Amino acid sequence: MAKTKSHRVSPSLDMTPMVDLAFLLVTFFMLTATAVTKEPIAVDAPSATTEIKIPSVNIITITVSKEGAIFFNVDGKYTRQTVIQKMGEKYGVPFNNEQIQTFSVLPSVGLPVGNLPQYLDLPSEERDRVKQPGIPADSLNNQLGDWVVFARTTNPKVYVAIKGDKDASYPAVKKVIKTLIDKKVLRFNLITNLEKPA
Amino acid sequence: MAEISQDSGGGKKKGGKVRAKKSSTKIDMTPMVDLAFLLLTFFMLTTTFNKPQTMEIIMPDKPNPNDKPPEVNERRVVTVILGANDKVYWYKGITEPVVGVTNYSATGIRKILSDENAQIKDMIVLIKASDESRYKNMVDILDELTISNISRFALVDITEVDKKLVKDSNL
Repeated sequence: MAKTKSHRVSPSLDMTPMVDLAFLLVTFFMLTATAVTKEPIAVDAPSATTEIKIPSVNIITITVSKEGAIFFNVDGKYTRQTVIQKMGEKYGVPFNNEQIQTFSVLPSVGLPVGNLPQYLDLPSEERDRVKQPGIPADSLNNQLGDWVVFARTTNPKVYVAIKGDKDASYPAVKKVIKTLIDKKVLRFNLITNLEKPA
Repeated sequence: MAEISQDSGGGKKKGGKVRAKKSSTKIDMTPMVDLAFLLLTFFMLTTTFNKPQTMEIIMPDKPNPNDKPPEVNERRVVTVILGANDKVYWYKGITEPVVGVTNYSATGIRKILSDENAQIKDMIVLIKASDESRYKNMVDILDELTISNISRFALVDITEVDKKLVKDSNL
């Protein structure tokens, strides 16, 4: 009597199409990815129905936190380096090359110029723990205005966007808008999230 | 004559054909797939998909002190005051205003604005945000104006008169 051999199926299967797909997706995500920048404060923007997308280059972002602290950010390494140098000259705060280099890769900052050198000298882990009080924007000491002016003179193509927390008080935002109008920035953007259908 | 043994493998293939060893063309792709999926997961998680939207506003320049402000008929003016706790106060005209209170819903300020817009020709909306209002309120009201297609509006500082009106209305 002949033994009936059970048909053996090979346990290894052809993974090539899966790998193809996986790498295709990896390539897609790598090319479209813009890394999430770690901002010093979390801001929950209000929602609105507008659908204009914000440009991701040539943009000044002024963030207003829930507590009303003002943060400034501008993109472009060269712009940032020039802006911080000009700020240093204006306020008599000398920055060394290393500090300028560090500043050029940081996210938003919300510190008076006087505290910046000290902040930039910190190692990056400690820098995240610093509670930033916000950039002064009062009529007597309006550093925010100078940040905006220097950024705009360095890169004339730059847009201004205000990213306010939805629970930020109106006077805090008004202060920013007033500063912008003072500096002849009459056209600016309010960053919003897309309205969720109710 | 000495023969050089070409077969170092124990002389099994004595006399047989010398075959080139066939190595399998399949390689184990598992580590590569692991890596590919790891990267895939990483990029999927770090990608920000919803790019934030923006609302563009253009503010007027500071008026020249020598310029006379333009005069408008008060019948065309609707004032909207953004109050505390997400309340909206509104009134028509300037003399003897009747203050009403509403909210930011579709049946609230949106209905009022579109009704008034239908009645009043060339309506002007003055938005006065009180110090107690939130930034969200400002964005909401600008959004409502966009929805109602009202383009003639202005963000104005709140005056003492308005504060008093809101207080006296007890709404």
